[in-house]
Amino acid sequence: MTQKTPMRMQDKIILRVVSKALIPPILLFALYVQFHGDFGPGGGFQAGVIFAAGLVLFGVIFGLDAVQEVFPPIWVEILTAVGVLLYGGVGVVSIMLGGEFLNYDVLHLPGPMHGQHLGIFLVELGVGITVASAMTAIFYFFAGRATKR
Amino acid sequence: MIIEIVLFAFLLVIAISVARMKDLFAAAMLTGIFSLVSAGLFTLMDAVDVAFTEAAVGAGVSTILFLSALSLTDRIERQQPTRILPFVVVALTGAALVYGTLDMPAYGDVNAPAHNDLTEEFVEGAGDMHIPNVVTVVLASYRGFDTFGETTVVFAAAVGVMMLLGGQRRRRSREDHPQPPPEPSS
Repeated sequence: MTQKTPMRMQDKIILRVVSKALIPPILLFALYVQFHGDFGPGGGFQAGVIFAAGLVLFGVIFGLDAVQEVFPPIWVEILTAVGVLLYGGVGVVSIMLGGEFLNYDVLHLPGPMHGQHLGIFLVELGVGITVASAMTAIFYFFAGRATKR
Repeated sequence: MIIEIVLFAFLLVIAISVARMKDLFAAAMLTGIFSLVSAGLFTLMDAVDVAFTEAAVGAGVSTILFLSALSLTDRIERQQPTRILPFVVVALTGAALVYGTLDMPAYGDVNAPAHNDLTEEFVEGAGDMHIPNVVTVVLASYRGFDTFGETTVVFAAAVGVMMLLGGQRRRRSREDHPQPPPEPSS
């Protein structure tokens, strides 16, 4: 859009108040979906997208600089790779423990937790980290280009 | 049954208006509504995990990405002469897809392959692992390779956007902090 908007988003009081009230529950709900995915609907992918949506909402209302102060771009880039590495790392660890790639049966911890349960938990965490930071990164780069014009 | 018909009618109306709309902002919002109505349909089919993803991705993030892409371009679509060939191609592809669905088993058919071959094993395996959500077990454990590939695709998409759109930032930051000129060799 070429013409300047008369008011910035953060000057609109309704948007500011509503988004301030909504962002913490959105991020909390993302964590709930992430860690409760074994028991109810949801999982890493949905949780990552919801978490990124919370950050994007913050960025849209309060500006790109404010959200990049909370979640710096360099961390976004690192975490995008960390999630994939965590997923692949679970596979490599299961090879080293004598199973096949991504066979969680060999992951055993002292205690009642099933190896499959631990493997699924870690793998979903990797998916969540990658999806959340990848979506945030895509938003950062699009929005960064728009504000530079 | 009536709810399904109403939702499918909504989908049809939204799809036609998105295709005919010149205002790209309104079209982006309508695609979000399209995803939300699809999520409602998936919920009616008891596919809550799919509905969840559709609502979060389709109605949430992709609408935002459409809007941020719009801020880089114009809001109104340029007037173009009506062309027949693309319409014919799209209509033929749609007809082929509908023809393909004719072979599929009816919705809720107990004899459908999806309900017979592996389902029992999946459900029993999830019971052995004490994980109530069978969908999570199938996605993360039985089909762990698939999900690994999907995660890599998301990673690759982010890297692609970084390389396409981030190049300018890198160049500009290098201009801000110019490298010191190399020492003249004595």
